[in-house]
Amino acid sequence: MLMSVSGLRLSYGATEVLKGIDLEVDHGETIFVIGPSGSGKSSLLRCCNRLEEPSAGSIVFDGQELLAKGVDLNQIRRRIGMVFQSFNLYPHMTALGNVRLALRRVLKLSRDEADAVAKAQLDRVGLSSYISQYPSQLSGGQQQRVAIARALALEPRIMLFDEPTSALDPELVSEVLGVLSELKLDGMTMVVVSHEMRFARSAADRVVFMADGQIIETGPPEQIFTSPEVARTRDFVAQAAF
Amino acid sequence: MDALLHQFFNIEVMLKAWPIVLRGTGLTILLCLAVIPLGLIGGLLVALASTSHRRMLRLPVVILVDFFRAVPPLALLILISAGLPFAGIRLSPFTAVLLSFFLNNSAYYGEIIRAGIESIGAGQQEAARSTGLNSWQTQCYVILPQALRNVLPDLVSNTIEVVKLTSLASVVAFAELLYAAEMARSVTYNASPLIMAAAIYLVLLWPAVRLASRLEHKL
Amino acid sequence: MTRFEAFLDTFFNVAVMQRYLPDIVAGFFVTCGIAVLVVVSGLALGLLLAVLRSYRIGWINFLIIIFVDLLRALPPLVLILILYFGLPNLGLTLSGYVVLWLVLSLVLAAFAEEIFWAGILSVNSGQRLAARSTGLGFLQTMVYVILPQAVRLTIAPLTNRTIAITKNTALGMVIGVGELLNQATTAQSFAGNATPLMMATIAYLILFVPVVYAGRWIETRYAWRRA
Repeated sequence: MLMSVSGLRLSYGATEVLKGIDLEVDHGETIFVIGPSGSGKSSLLRCCNRLEEPSAGSIVFDGQELLAKGVDLNQIRRRIGMVFQSFNLYPHMTALGNVRLALRRVLKLSRDEADAVAKAQLDRVGLSSYISQYPSQLSGGQQQRVAIARALALEPRIMLFDEPTSALDPELVSEVLGVLSELKLDGMTMVVVSHEMRFARSAADRVVFMADGQIIETGPPEQIFTSPEVARTRDFVAQAAF
Repeated sequence: MDALLHQFFNIEVMLKAWPIVLRGTGLTILLCLAVIPLGLIGGLLVALASTSHRRMLRLPVVILVDFFRAVPPLALLILISAGLPFAGIRLSPFTAVLLSFFLNNSAYYGEIIRAGIESIGAGQQEAARSTGLNSWQTQCYVILPQALRNVLPDLVSNTIEVVKLTSLASVVAFAELLYAAEMARSVTYNASPLIMAAAIYLVLLWPAVRLASRLEHKL
Repeated sequence: MTRFEAFLDTFFNVAVMQRYLPDIVAGFFVTCGIAVLVVVSGLALGLLLAVLRSYRIGWINFLIIIFVDLLRALPPLVLILILYFGLPNLGLTLSGYVVLWLVLSLVLAAFAEEIFWAGILSVNSGQRLAARSTGLGFLQTMVYVILPQAVRLTIAPLTNRTIAITKNTALGMVIGVGELLNQATTAQSFAGNATPLMMATIAYLILFVPVVYAGRWIETRYAWRRA
C-alpha cells in the first residue's frame, strides 16, 4: 500500500466538502476519480499533499502519517507530484527554469546537476527543443507537459493529476494523455481527476465515482462504465461520456 | 509614563489651545474646499491636453507635469511666496498657497486622469463618434465617466495627499491647523497641541484612508 | 534695465550663483544622502511588513494595518514636529537629520507595504499551490515565485510614491536640516535675491527627473513577454 486515506473530512466554514473519504492506492496503480463538478474530487487531491488542511481523518503515505503534527511537509510534498488544471507554470521563468527551481531549492542540487535532470525530464515529455521558451510562448499542451516534467523531476512516488486536460483545446488533449500513458507503462502510481471517460476506461486500473463529498462507488473501469451497482453512478456515466 | 502624559496628552494645555486649534481646523477645511476642486479642474484640463492629438498642446503640458512631479511642493510654495516678491509680485499667504497647490495638484490629478482616459479602448471613441456625437460630447458622456471610475482609488488616495499637503501652508505662516498647533506648542512648551492636531487630521482622514485601501484591494 | 534683464537679475543672477553655488551643492548632497537612506530603509521595511502580513497572523496583521493607516493619514510634517519638538522633553533628543530620516522612512514603509501587499495578492493563487506542491517552503515560494511576479506590478506605483516621499526631504528645512531647500532659503535671505531658489529648483529637477524616467524604463524592462 503506497497511500491510504481514511475517514478524511474537509470543511470550509460551515460547509463540509469531504464527508469521510476512504481510499487505498497500491504501488503502480492508476486510479481515476470521476464525478460531477463540486463533488470534492479536487479537494481530495489537494488534501493528499496537504495543500488543503483536512479537518479530520488520516492519510498514510509510504508508511508515514501526513496529518501528524511536525511532519516535514516539504520533504513529503516533493515525493508527491502534482499537476494542476491551469498548469500554474511560473510565468517569469523559462520551461527549464520552471523544472529547475525545486531541484535547486528543495533538493539543493548544483546548477549543473539540476540542469541535467531538468533537461532529461523535459526530453521525457518531448519538449527538449523548448527548454528556453517562456510559458506564454508555449501552447497549452506544451505548458501542461512542462508542468508534468516539473513534478516528475523530483522523482515522486505518486503523481496527482487535477483535471490535467480540462483547460486544453480539444486537439491538444491527446499529447498530454500520451504522457500519462507512458507514465503508466513506466509503473508510476497515479491518481487522476478527469472528465476524459474514454481515456479513463482504457487507462484506469480502478475508477472512483464521487458525489457530494463522498465516494459513491469504486471498481474496475468495466464495472463502473458498463454495469455500475449504484443508480447515481449509472446516471452520471450515462450522461457524461457516451 | 507621567512625563509622557504630561508632555503629549496634557488636558489642561489642550483645553487652553483648543480655541486657536479649532480656528486652524476651520481654515484647513476651508483650504481643502478650495484646493481640491481647483486641483481636480486643473487636472482634468491637464489630462485632456496631454491626451490631445495636437502635439503643440500635448508637449508643453507633459513638460510642465514632469516639472511639478520633480519639484517638492514645499520648494514650489517657497519659490512662489518668497521668490515672486523679488519680481514685484506680492501675494497674500493664502493666494500663494492656493497658486502653488493648484499647480502641484493639477499635475498629480492630471497624471491620474490621463491614465484613466488611456485605459479606455479606442472602440469607445469610435462607437460614440459613429453615432454622431462630437468630440466634446464623446469625452463628457462616454470617455470621462468610464475613465474616472477606473481611477477612482487613485483619485481618493491623491485627495488624501492633497489634504495632508495643506499642512505645508504652516511654513509660510498661513494660520491653518498645523500652524495653530505649532504656535500653541511654542507658547506652552508642550507637545500636546501637536498631538491634538494629529488627532484632528486622523479624524478627517482615517475614513478616507480606509476607503482608499478598500478600493485599492478590490482591484 | 529692460524687464527681461530685471527678471534675469532677480532669478538667474550670475554673481549670486557663483557666490552660493558651494552651499547649494552641499545641500544637494545632503538631500541625496537622506533620500537614498530613506529609500533603502523605507522599501526594505515595507517589503518586510508585506511578507510578514502574508503569514496572515491575526494580531500582527492588525498592527500592520494600524501602522499603515496612521502613517497614511498623518501629514509627515506633523510627525516631524512631534518627534523633533516633543521627544526632547522626554529626555530623548534626536537630531533633525535622524527625525527626517525616521519619519520619511516610516511613511515610505507604510505606502510600500500597501503596494507590495497588493502585488502579492494579485499573483494567482495557483502559483503558490504549484510551488508548495514541489516542496518549496513558505519563504522560498515567496522569494522565488511570488515576489518576482508581484514586484513587476509594483514598479510603477512604487516609483511614483518613492519620488513623492523623498521629495519631502525638503521638510527638513523646518527643523534645521542643512538640505537643499534650507540652503537655498538661507542663501536667498542673505543675498536678497531669488536666484538661490531657482538654483534649488534646478537641482531638484536634476535629482528627480532622471528618477521619473528611470522608473518608466524599469517598468518596460520588467514587462516580460506575454502572449
